[in-house]
Amino acid sequence: MSDEVLFFQEFSITGGDFSSAGSVSTEIKSILKEIGFHPSVIRRAAIACYEAEMNVTMYAERGVVRLSATPAAIRIQFEDEGQGIADIELAMQEGYSTATPEMREIGFGAGMGLPNIKKNSDEFEITSEVGRGTKLDIVIKA
Amino acid sequence: MNLGQVAEILKCDVLVGENIDGVEVGGVCAADLMSDVLAFTKPGSVLLTGLSNVQSVITTHVAEVVAVIYVRGKKPDAEALKLAEQKGIPLLASRLSMYEACGRLWQEGLGVGSDLGGE
Repeated sequence: MSDEVLFFQEFSITGGDFSSAGSVSTEIKSILKEIGFHPSVIRRAAIACYEAEMNVTMYAERGVVRLSATPAAIRIQFEDEGQGIADIELAMQEGYSTATPEMREIGFGAGMGLPNIKKNSDEFEITSEVGRGTKLDIVIKA
Repeated sequence: MNLGQVAEILKCDVLVGENIDGVEVGGVCAADLMSDVLAFTKPGSVLLTGLSNVQSVITTHVAEVVAVIYVRGKKPDAEALKLAEQKGIPLLASRLSMYEACGRLWQEGLGVGSDLGGE
């Protein structure tokens, strides 16, 4: 029964709302802990989720996060409405960043976000349309 | 080394946290950019930072870091304090510079708490 859905929930993120940035990831971490995933799996999921949440907060107008968990894997999907990413290959390079000084002031924008999300995921898929938004689909195996 | 010993070496004020002697510290990660902490820090490390907003506490929580030590006399803002209390994350503050704080801990034998450690 490894594909039995243990949990599903949708969350929303408001772009530019830096004061609550990270709250979705904090909640998701608590949920995963309650379900009982291994701490190292939870850590990878929480790190990937937090980086992605910060990206939506920093670059999009709004976004939706869908968390689904089965005994075998954690899947987190992000869908945002925003500026999108013109060159995904370039954005995936460590150190490449289009962050503003305001983003750096809150400790982000080092150009490590997307590569770090990929590093912590077993499956990683990103698509984006300039002027429309970005979709990110990640899976962390239990 | 435990967090109480670290606090003594760095002459810290304890802002949040009880029984810090019972918190084991595996190494040190020093950074002001939270993306770097998320990318390189090993769980069980202590974070030394000058970033005093709530993101320092969320990063600590997410990356399984054991405590935050604010350097250069920085103090966490109200939101950071509130979240740390909720999550039981110790917050300490030192007046030392980042360089001196790291130097003192290195001298006492505390190692690198990130994946970037040299041989």
